[in-house]
Amino acid sequence: MIIGKRDIFKMLGVFILSACAVFVCTLFLNYNADLKGIKDLIVEGPMQQLFEALVMTGKVVCAVSGGCLLLTTVVMLFFYIKQYIDMHRKELGILKALGYSDWHIARGFWRFGFSVFLGTAAGYAGAWCMMPKFYEVQNEEHLLPEFGIRFHPLPALGLTLLPAAFFALLSILYGYHRLKTPVLALLKERESKRVVAAKRESEQPFLQELGKSTLRQRKTLVFFTAFASFCYAAMVQMSAGMKELSSFMMAVMILGIGILLAVVTLFLAVTTVLSGNKKTIALMRAFGYSFRTCRKAILGGYRPMAYIGFIVGTLYQYTLLRLMVSLVFRNVENVPEYHFDVPVCLLTLVSFAVLYELFLYACANRIRKNTIKEIMLDVD
Amino acid sequence: MIKANDIYKEYGEKDARFPVLKGVSLCIEEGDFVVLLGPSGSGKSTLLNVLSGLEKPDGGSICYDGEDIAGFSDEQLTVFRKENIGFIFQQYYLLPNLTVDKNVKMGADLAGNKEYRKIIEAVGLGEKLQKYPHELSGGEQQRVSVARALAKKPRVLFLDEPTGALDEETGRMVLHYIDSMQKQLGFTVIMVTHNVNIAEMAKTVMKMGSGKIVDIYENSLQKSAYEIGW
Repeated sequence: MIIGKRDIFKMLGVFILSACAVFVCTLFLNYNADLKGIKDLIVEGPMQQLFEALVMTGKVVCAVSGGCLLLTTVVMLFFYIKQYIDMHRKELGILKALGYSDWHIARGFWRFGFSVFLGTAAGYAGAWCMMPKFYEVQNEEHLLPEFGIRFHPLPALGLTLLPAAFFALLSILYGYHRLKTPVLALLKERESKRVVAAKRESEQPFLQELGKSTLRQRKTLVFFTAFASFCYAAMVQMSAGMKELSSFMMAVMILGIGILLAVVTLFLAVTTVLSGNKKTIALMRAFGYSFRTCRKAILGGYRPMAYIGFIVGTLYQYTLLRLMVSLVFRNVENVPEYHFDVPVCLLTLVSFAVLYELFLYACANRIRKNTIKEIMLDVD
Repeated sequence: MIKANDIYKEYGEKDARFPVLKGVSLCIEEGDFVVLLGPSGSGKSTLLNVLSGLEKPDGGSICYDGEDIAGFSDEQLTVFRKENIGFIFQQYYLLPNLTVDKNVKMGADLAGNKEYRKIIEAVGLGEKLQKYPHELSGGEQQRVSVARALAKKPRVLFLDEPTGALDEETGRMVLHYIDSMQKQLGFTVIMVTHNVNIAEMAKTVMKMGSGKIVDIYENSLQKSAYEIGW
């Protein structure tokens, strides 16, 4: 077995993303399924309006957050598999040289789907723990008839085993696709494919060119950085809006998920960039570049992406809440007007900027302790 | 002038520390061509790392023109290396995503050297400015690392087994470039090797064994890269 438990535990990002997606979807899908059970008891008027608004909310939340997190999980899974293959090129090359087919090796990649199963199971269990409180909050004003929590096997299967099976299959197929590399290229750990051509004749200073080539080299990490800030901006601001529109509990839930997703994704992006450039930093330090200069050159390019993600996240949460208020809740009484909250946006921006810089500093400092010699030896 | 006095260096964890340098003292004149010769495990690479400020010694002093770098902080050592030192490693350590031009510029930018392309020409890679390291042979890659080291105009050039990964022909070629550049620019060369033939190119040879310098001698005649045996 090539893929060990350690490799699966490394996929913390996939675990958390799938847990968050399933947590949110389970809460709303189960609630919607139970809500439909009392459809016959609904009478026209405010009760009907609230009923329809709640059903619609569930659908929108599941589609938007579930869809968004599903796509990100796919990207992250592919990233981990690619990373795994890059790190184990020699071992995989030996297996192929011995006569194992690509398909035979790729079949073992189903194990990557196991991390999704762990995540979906945790998310599903977490949602059930939260469900009594969630049901209570959804019908806080008792406009709807009381109803209890019931187990629905279809969402249970669809949210736990089905995604795990889907991701296991996806892992095998993607692994198979990535393994189509000549044996010698794997054995010699040739990196030619990973070299992303920079503008060959650019006249920019070395540090600028290095920063650009670092960005071009791993576009997935640019996506993750933008996604982290997107999550932070969207969820933190949405949580502030939710406090007024929905409940304190929803606000805390959204805030928690937002911060968790942002931290995990950013951690993954930053640590991967740094570990992928350990050798470059060591060499630059040997030549006399200060650690600060190295850090700025390697990580500085990601900063604009982070702020672009922040802007998109802000617009996304505003549009989503605006749509919810003006379309979904338009007939429901006592729903407050929703306006863009400038102070909350500024506060979120400042807190994000501080957290982002502290995070980069802390992650970079972890490799500062390694001596130049250790890094050089590690490479060989 | 480089003057090292009673340098000690140990490696390993608390209970299993072993000495690698056991009181090394040496003196190297400005513009000298020094070879540190010895079998693997003799401590020559560690001595090179310590002399170049890549590592701090556990004891002793290393003075460059009277200034002791042994007690320097990491930041001070970085500035010291920036202003004085060039490196050529056995494994080249080129940046794979940057062209030959940009790899050499890495060294040149530190010294504000705008004329760095002349060095690329001098090592015979003028035609390959826009090539990436994976598009070059081993010998060409090592010549890029020579150009990169020289582009920062070092006072002292440290070489750790520079021909270790090269065949005879390209190995000689690389040594020839280093030798001719040194004669032209007058920097100090300190080269680590286990190849006794290469030691014939040096002015001063320091033989190492078991963490100590066991012999120092001067070659009456410095041979060129094409005159030495291989």
